[in-house]
Amino acid sequence: MTSSESGLGVGASLRRKEDARFLNGQGRYVGDITRPGMLEVAFLRSPVAHARLRSVTKPAGAESKVFTIDDFPGVGTIRANSALPGFRISEQPVLAKDKLRHVGETIAACVADSRAAAEDLAALCELDYETLPAVFDMRTATLPETALVHDHWSMNAFLETRRDDDVSGLDAIAAAKVTRTLKTSRQSMAPLEGRGVLAEWDSRLEQMIVTTSTQMPHVTKSGLADCLGLDEGQVRIISPDVGGGFGYKGILLPEEVVCASLARRLGRPVRWIEDRFEQLSASANCREHHYILTAWADKDGKLLGAECEAIVDAGAYSSYPFGACLEAAQIGSILPGPYVLPLLRCHTVSACTNKPPILPYRGVARTGVCYAMETTLDALARKLGITAEAIRLVNLVPPEAMPHRNLVGKVFDSGDYPESLRRAVKAIDIPAVRKRQAAGETVGVGFATFCEQGAHGTSVYHAWGIPFVPGYEQSHVRLSPDGVLEVRVGVHSHGQGMETTLSQVANEVLGIHPSKVRVVHGDTALTPYSTGTWGSRAGVMAGGAVAEACRQLSVRIAAIGAALLQVSKDDVVVEDGKVRRKDTDSSVSIADVARTWYRAPQNLPRDVDKGGLEITAGYRPDPDTGTHSYAAHAVIARVDTDTGEVVLEDYVIVEDGGKLLNPMIVDGQVLGGLAQGIGTALYEEMPYDEMGQPLAGTLADYLLPGSSDVPDARLEHMETLSPWTTFGQKGIGESGAIGPPGAIINAINDALASIGAEVMDLPATPERVLAAIHLAKSGKQ
Amino acid sequence: MKPAAFEYARPKDWSDALQLVADGARPGTGTQSLGPLLNLRLAQPETIADLRHLPDYAGVTVAGDVLRIGAGTTHAAIEDGIVPGRVGAIMAAVARRIAYRPVRNRGTIGGSLAHADPAADWVAVLPALGGTAIALGPKGERRIPLAGFVLGIFETALAEGELLRAVEVPVLPESARWGHWKFCRKVGEFSKATACLLRVEDAAPRAVLAALDGPPLVIEDARALVADPTGEAARVVGEVEGLTPWRSAVAQAALRHAVEAAT
Repeated sequence: MTSSESGLGVGASLRRKEDARFLNGQGRYVGDITRPGMLEVAFLRSPVAHARLRSVTKPAGAESKVFTIDDFPGVGTIRANSALPGFRISEQPVLAKDKLRHVGETIAACVADSRAAAEDLAALCELDYETLPAVFDMRTATLPETALVHDHWSMNAFLETRRDDDVSGLDAIAAAKVTRTLKTSRQSMAPLEGRGVLAEWDSRLEQMIVTTSTQMPHVTKSGLADCLGLDEGQVRIISPDVGGGFGYKGILLPEEVVCASLARRLGRPVRWIEDRFEQLSASANCREHHYILTAWADKDGKLLGAECEAIVDAGAYSSYPFGACLEAAQIGSILPGPYVLPLLRCHTVSACTNKPPILPYRGVARTGVCYAMETTLDALARKLGITAEAIRLVNLVPPEAMPHRNLVGKVFDSGDYPESLRRAVKAIDIPAVRKRQAAGETVGVGFATFCEQGAHGTSVYHAWGIPFVPGYEQSHVRLSPDGVLEVRVGVHSHGQGMETTLSQVANEVLGIHPSKVRVVHGDTALTPYSTGTWGSRAGVMAGGAVAEACRQLSVRIAAIGAALLQVSKDDVVVEDGKVRRKDTDSSVSIADVARTWYRAPQNLPRDVDKGGLEITAGYRPDPDTGTHSYAAHAVIARVDTDTGEVVLEDYVIVEDGGKLLNPMIVDGQVLGGLAQGIGTALYEEMPYDEMGQPLAGTLADYLLPGSSDVPDARLEHMETLSPWTTFGQKGIGESGAIGPPGAIINAINDALASIGAEVMDLPATPERVLAAIHLAKSGKQ
Repeated sequence: MKPAAFEYARPKDWSDALQLVADGARPGTGTQSLGPLLNLRLAQPETIADLRHLPDYAGVTVAGDVLRIGAGTTHAAIEDGIVPGRVGAIMAAVARRIAYRPVRNRGTIGGSLAHADPAADWVAVLPALGGTAIALGPKGERRIPLAGFVLGIFETALAEGELLRAVEVPVLPESARWGHWKFCRKVGEFSKATACLLRVEDAAPRAVLAALDGPPLVIEDARALVADPTGEAARVVGEVEGLTPWRSAVAQAALRHAVEAAT
């Protein structure tokens, strides 16, 4: 019997082990952890977007409780450089010095016994600054007359990239050409738990112990050690339960550096817990793209080429470790999407503005790029008089071309892209929509198809030259004397259910019951180094590493088991938690093997592997250019032409993530991503005024979709194995958040086609939708 | 996002409460609006007088053809049917769509009305029901028509030192027809336009248009609106100053829908 047949291994929809504590309120987050003598920190933050900072006056009598950068002369700046040519380097002070570059930038840290008292201190500080013109619009950021965010730069751009295929001949041969100007709004990622940091200096270990809500504890450790001037061994990062990451916690925070510095200096534990106002006003940091996209097609809709002028608002600094260019510089390489695109001319700018530094939000650049490409494709289809399905089917990479290297050099591993769309078309009731449209209803159907590169490794990231390049992912496995397996991984699980899926992987290889597998993560002292959880990589990388470590362990288990069974190790197999003779049913349990190693070593064979029952193994797929999961989204949307309100009536997602380690968990991830994608499409927007002030300070102003705003989506899965990974699994964690804006706006535009209206900017608020309708109607008159 | 320090006072009776307010205390009930203002430090009162424990502050009494609803009655109690009869049914349906149940569990009808957020539900609905606010001041009770109670954003007809003690609304016949429509970007959000229409036999229909960044617009005689909802809605909304095209469109839709719902 294989483990899959037992219903516990890879592919089983096991209920999540971690839910017992989450659902019973037993999770433990930074905010739940206190220490004797702990001080709370409140940050004095910049009230303005751009200014020269002249002085900070500490409150009289409380000077010893307020700290500016001058109090930490040995602390370095945060730098995330890129090896890409032309990259301009920013230095982010952990507390502002000389200049203020975005609203919410940290200026001073105030400590007190309670957060309220610390906020009192912050309110009493006096700032003297000279306001400078705010760089609030990425479209004008690079103009010569615009003020410079970093005085020594020649223009407000971290980086420009170009790809220069010759598209000049396409006008002559194309049957259709469309150009669309599209904009996505700045968003603020909104995990349920915000950031939080508890720092304490252990004088015995001479170690800085920082408990922080992070997705990547080891990278934070390296970055923090660098900033503090400590050996890496002098920094331990503990990432306890984390209430959602999404990229918001894939960063070395100035607050982490400051809290650690304070703990060292004061000799007391200090804690900072981000509140929702800080999250919204100081950290609206993602998704703001601007596109001018032109596409040419022949009469059948087959793409002949595309030209793209793209700007991404990267904010004021290059965040550690992903940097300021991860989104813009990727646009050129992900614009072809899942399609065969023969020619691409693309210019991108990572604009530097007086806004919080950009972070890669779930889906990273793909959500914006997919939105731009998918809406432009539909515009082409409308112009050619063909359907949205038809233009996609004629352009999608066909299954017989797999593995496929596209024009920008991305290699798609496997899949039947057109089939995912055909299934989505079948699952959504297009005839009913057309009938209602004929009766005058403003209802529409929209599609988006895309693929998502995940778990891409060394070969991709070394070219970027960012502060870390992911290599071999490692897992440490240890069989305990009682037969319980400890699995240690350097990735972090914060909603992905890895405590369950990785125990399923161990079960798949060793047959040990998942309840007897303990997955340890979230502590740099206990786990092997890892770049952490990001880029839809953990299922492939940590899954592969755990499988490899278990496989190596099974060889050692087999040798000991065979000795106990008094046969050659070639005559036994390890399965179902036992070492079994191949020829008979006689067996010993893995627990017996463990007991022998630890407690009855006199029974071990002479040639036993002296490494015992602990193994650290590394894993990297070959090739490591990444898996490509893919999906087709289909949605029916109804538009109220009186108010501009959009109601999503039906939503279908057909996904292919290869082998799903736990299908139920993947469903949860896809649905969660969908909710976030709906937020991007219809709700979420952090507006900035011309002074660079963020205008949404509470969740009453910054709208997130609620449970009643997310339709009961129907999910279908295809299962095309990746030829490159352990079980054929593909990275799929971000997928759900990529497709919705494109699909939803296409549905809206389909609904409004009879009026001739088209929505261009995200989110498609009722106000924007109604404006588009009014514009179309006034144009007709 | 922690409030600045303040004194918490719990008045034992109404004269105690009036004294606290006279001394500068800010009255608080469910604190569903005041709480966020405190946390954001937009409000920094020295003292908050918690009115919730005052005698007769919550609850409903019926006297002849008038319902008296204590200002401290929670939205949840109204949702759950504490107000009897046709008015109760109307108010329960309104209460059910105020924010979310946890907000309704604490938020009160009087607190919401006295806070006078133009987008709040009772600010729109109570003038349509045509009742009276009962204010209590140092000189005793004062009656203020609900149609003129909210004067502007966070501005009411309550005088300095007065507290809102109750609202009185007339009992409605079962045959009374009611239309209420509001536009929220999502469930539980503040309305961007609210309209109500009340039709009682042998009386002119009465309408209210609210959530317009100002006081509610009360149309005492809404016969024209009922006769020509589209034209009259356009005319009424057209006279409201400062609306963006979208707000104007949504306000017109609100009036039309309210009429439709009440027929």
